[in-house]
Amino acid sequence: MLSELGYLLKEFYNAPFRGAVARAKRQNDDLFMLLVFSEMVGVPNPASYFTLELQPLLYDDFHAWHKRMGMDRSPLEWFSCC
Amino acid sequence: MNAIALIAIGGGSFALGYYFYARYLSEKIFRLDPNFVTPAHAQEDGVDYVPTRKVILWGHHFAAVAGASPIVGPAIAVVWGWLPAFLWVTVGTVFFAGVHDFGALWASVRNQGRSIGALTEDIVGPRARSIFMIVIFLLLLMVNSVFGIIIANEHIEVPSSVIPTWIVILVAMAMGFMIYKKGMSLLWLTIIGVSVLYGAIYVGELVPLSLPDSMFGLSTPAQWVIILFVYAGIASVLPVWLLLQPRDYVNGVQLFIGLALLYTAVIIASPTIVAPAINMNPPADAPPLVPLLFVTVACGAISGFHGLVASGTTSKQLNKEPDARPVGYLGSVGEGTLALASIIACTAGFATLGEWQGFYGSFATDGLRAWSLGGANIMNAGIGLPLGVGETLLAVMAILFAATTMDAGVRLQRYIVQEWGKIYNIPFLQGRTASTVISVLACLLLAFGAGAGGGSGALIIWPLFGTSNQLLGALTLMVLTVFLLKLRRPIWVTVIPLTFLLIMTIPALIIQLAAFWRASNYLLVFMDVVILGASILVALEAVAALGRTRRELAATTPA
Repeated sequence: MLSELGYLLKEFYNAPFRGAVARAKRQNDDLFMLLVFSEMVGVPNPASYFTLELQPLLYDDFHAWHKRMGMDRSPLEWFSCC
Repeated sequence: MNAIALIAIGGGSFALGYYFYARYLSEKIFRLDPNFVTPAHAQEDGVDYVPTRKVILWGHHFAAVAGASPIVGPAIAVVWGWLPAFLWVTVGTVFFAGVHDFGALWASVRNQGRSIGALTEDIVGPRARSIFMIVIFLLLLMVNSVFGIIIANEHIEVPSSVIPTWIVILVAMAMGFMIYKKGMSLLWLTIIGVSVLYGAIYVGELVPLSLPDSMFGLSTPAQWVIILFVYAGIASVLPVWLLLQPRDYVNGVQLFIGLALLYTAVIIASPTIVAPAINMNPPADAPPLVPLLFVTVACGAISGFHGLVASGTTSKQLNKEPDARPVGYLGSVGEGTLALASIIACTAGFATLGEWQGFYGSFATDGLRAWSLGGANIMNAGIGLPLGVGETLLAVMAILFAATTMDAGVRLQRYIVQEWGKIYNIPFLQGRTASTVISVLACLLLAFGAGAGGGSGALIIWPLFGTSNQLLGALTLMVLTVFLLKLRRPIWVTVIPLTFLLIMTIPALIIQLAAFWRASNYLLVFMDVVILGASILVALEAVAALGRTRRELAATTPA
């Protein structure tokens, strides 16, 4: 009974905003992606020494990201996902 | 007449409407198919398209469409007596809003979950789409300005509403933070949040707050309007998860609690309606009942805004097509129930006819005040809630509705301004700050143009807002009619309400135009002319689209 109520409230909370929250999250993720790959696309980044380590973790999402950013092909010479 | 009889007749009509008319619509007109794959399944993405249980979908559809309008509209309209408002709310909900909301949901589901705006272009044509966009922009502009004035008036009339109204913002932000950053259980947060809200209502009653009579040459209403729009501007750029989402949720929860309290109180107290059925001596400044009643009460009878919600988010989450009947039709019934509560509070919440007549001495009476005052009297008699607390509770309920609508409204206007920046390639308009400032300034201009600074509290813009809302409803009904015609189904279910709306809105606009002209309010004259132009275009477009579709059908029918 209580768990059913909890479920109903949770859905009532989330259902109308799923899209908006997901879009907000994607915007944050996109910015993070840009920070991590900024040096590679020609934007100087003083923290690149640290962000370099993160690159392999983000490769999976790289293709979707550069497509979303309006680049049809991979902007990195050494990493072509498409 | 006893208020319980009104509940019984109104509620009975809604029930019969759902049982017979909605069933007729779903079987004979829309022909809902349990095997149809809805967009929630066909395009399921876990984000926008998610199959959702019908009770939840109904809950948030209702919470999204319910606002201050079904409270304010009837609260103003009872000036003509309770019967016209009551009849329009019941007949409107059953035969107008029910078809409109249910139909918009169905049409969207049958067209890959596309919004009514997009369907207007697909089904009727690009010209109709342009009219649609203009009407939406005007509607947003007016909704923000009107609600800004309403909240300002209510804060002045009920100073105890100030603390709870603004504490809710903190409560919502704390909830958003605890849920997304700390992963706290929603059930507990709901209990704590709602308790803090009702606690704040009690505190607000003990510590009423008011702004000075004049500051920098601004009257008290003007100060409140400016504060509210500065807040709305800031709120519209905050992340959705931090403010808008938890605020909407708290609002939804208190909507159900508030309605339950009020209806329980009416049933226990069983108050008598003191207002006349038809007011034979309406105030001198009241416009004619026909056609103004039909634009004064928009939400609660039929509202175009519902079509935007039904086709925007609800249609993408519909699990099975037959669920459209309970979700769409009962969504409008929920709105009708709120309007009915408002009629009862404003007509049965006064002790004597003299007291009621004293309150409704002018058409510009603050209807919301009648709602909180009358409702508080009924709750006091029914469930023993102290008068002051009840009044604050109902004032806060209406204010929160208006404020959440403003939050979302200013945000949507910002999107439109940014979109214009992209279309006309003006980088300045595309920025978040510039677009927000422009949206807020446009609303402020209209709010002050409508008399917010004068402190008169007159909601002279209200019927104009209702008119544009009805016009949007007419556009949606036009799309539905053409769609039904293309499917060779009976169209009377949408043609009758469509014709009625157009017949009422156009004369209403002309009457208001004359009133604005006499008052030398040229800003509102301009707005009225634009809406009048759009109405005439909608009427012409409807006739042209129907004729075109008929010819197409005749050409394709085998001899």
